[in-house]
Amino acid sequence: MGLDQALIDELDERARVLRVHVVKMTHAARSGHPGGSLSAADVIAALYFHILRLDPKDPSWVDRDRFVLSKGHGCPVLYAALAERGFFPVDDLVTLRKLGSHLQGHPEYGTTPGIEAPAGAEGQGLSISIGMALAGRMDGRDYRVYAMLGDGENDVGQTWEAAMAGANFKLDNLTAILDRNQLQQERRTEDIMSLEPLTDKWRAFGWNVLEIDGHDMESILEALYEARTTQGRPTMIVAQTVKGKGVSFMENVLRFHGTAPNDEELEQALSELGEPS
Amino acid sequence: MNAKPWKVESMRNHFGQALVDLGRNRDDIVVLGADTTESLKTSLFGEAFPDRLFNVGIAEQNMVAIAAGLAMSGKVAFACTYSVFGTSQVYNIIRQSVAYPDLPVKIFCSHAGLTVGPDGATHQMNEDVGLLRSLPNMKVLVPCDGLEVGKAVHLAAEVSGPLYCRFSRAKFPVLTAPEDPFALGKATVMRDGDDVALVATGIMVSRALEAAEELATQGVDARVVNNSSVKPLDRETLLRAARDTGAVVTAEEHTVLGGMGSAVSELLAQEYPVPMQIIGVPDIFGESGDGFAVLDKYGLTAESMIKAAMHVLSTKEAVA
Repeated sequence: MGLDQALIDELDERARVLRVHVVKMTHAARSGHPGGSLSAADVIAALYFHILRLDPKDPSWVDRDRFVLSKGHGCPVLYAALAERGFFPVDDLVTLRKLGSHLQGHPEYGTTPGIEAPAGAEGQGLSISIGMALAGRMDGRDYRVYAMLGDGENDVGQTWEAAMAGANFKLDNLTAILDRNQLQQERRTEDIMSLEPLTDKWRAFGWNVLEIDGHDMESILEALYEARTTQGRPTMIVAQTVKGKGVSFMENVLRFHGTAPNDEELEQALSELGEPS
Repeated sequence: MNAKPWKVESMRNHFGQALVDLGRNRDDIVVLGADTTESLKTSLFGEAFPDRLFNVGIAEQNMVAIAAGLAMSGKVAFACTYSVFGTSQVYNIIRQSVAYPDLPVKIFCSHAGLTVGPDGATHQMNEDVGLLRSLPNMKVLVPCDGLEVGKAVHLAAEVSGPLYCRFSRAKFPVLTAPEDPFALGKATVMRDGDDVALVATGIMVSRALEAAEELATQGVDARVVNNSSVKPLDRETLLRAARDTGAVVTAEEHTVLGGMGSAVSELLAQEYPVPMQIIGVPDIFGESGDGFAVLDKYGLTAESMIKAAMHVLSTKEAVA
């Protein structure tokens, strides 16, 4: 399709910076979830630095686009994007998970500028997004609502309640992105509770389903553009991703679902991400 | 306070009509149901404002979280279904997506308590008040009649943040008058008396009034308090009742564990301990039967309150 290469390059660089923050933040916190933050970094970069209509000076601007991170454990990458976008100082990021910080271990609503919804227990965010999309349509506002789900959230019954409702209410102002990194806390998703054929399932529930490489910026943008022009139904973008993407020893490694890098691992991660430690 | 014989009325009719009245004055009011809109009379709201009623099907988790999303977008969202489905079925959705973010989601549930009757234990929700009142930010109301349910609707729209209101499928005696006040954190003294305080919610308010009448014939002057605001409690009225009478009996159509009686005992134990008895559903599940017959079988009666009143009175005298 030939998107502007300068834009692609810029967003790739944004994603790299977000990844750097993720490893630094979780290292500083000595806990947190680097794997699912790194897998989501490219989509988050595309949303926060190109797609979303936002005003960091006015986080509750009524016509802003909404982004709901349903997979709340991935919040380090979202906090990093909000800080880089100017919602709060970048220096705050290393306070993640520490006493008194506005950066809670899982997103808290009303505390962190730019956070649109609480999340932690899985499977609630898509329903919340439906409420936001219904309100937007009711009020004749043209904002769009984006929700990011983890693939493990497809285990949760409520996700499918929301899937039905999104199609039933014909919410074409709603786009969901599924961070399909194949791993959940204990094992591969397919080894715990088989999700496949996942795109067929979402299609059968009435969604416009797009499947992309979730680390290819051009594909990400094309899918998000297509979602914007799709009418009469919500869009589900199944982003095929790699858990831990960008840090070789974290890629596809279960341990880094919920374990922070130690000092040595931080150094290696930063070096791989092209960042002086 | 109305004199006997009380007429009985559907609480749900008052509920449905109050929502319509509220919706007429407030464009920001939206209502959600879970395949229960006809039953709860929220369909009346849907007829008046078709764009503002959402029936999500038998999907209460989705209903509550959609309500949260609407509330995050400037709406005051009433999520309405049967009490067992609207509370215990969705407890963590309420906890994480409603109470934690302190959103204006108003959970109004009918079919609470044993008076659901023939449907049996699966539908007789006796634990909801305890569950909901333990959530930070949550307010809990238990109206005693249909008029109070209607007032609760308007009150809920006025107060900030989340609120839970439980009422019943059964027709309840009309104890209050339209002009009577109904406010958050306010209990109502329905009958004065200085010997013992009978503190009740819901259907047990009428039974407390009956118990007080009987106690009067035995020379005992009972105060009856309609404790409709379980959270926040009306500390002033309850502490005054404890000071004036020195003996308290609570009664509610709810388990004795964690409900209104527990809330009152938490207050009195710490601020003004007096002999106290808690009447409610014992720590067991209910069963099918006529709703009021089930109430009687499980001891939620005027007779139980009289017995409990005599017990706290004798304890009071023994201590004195």
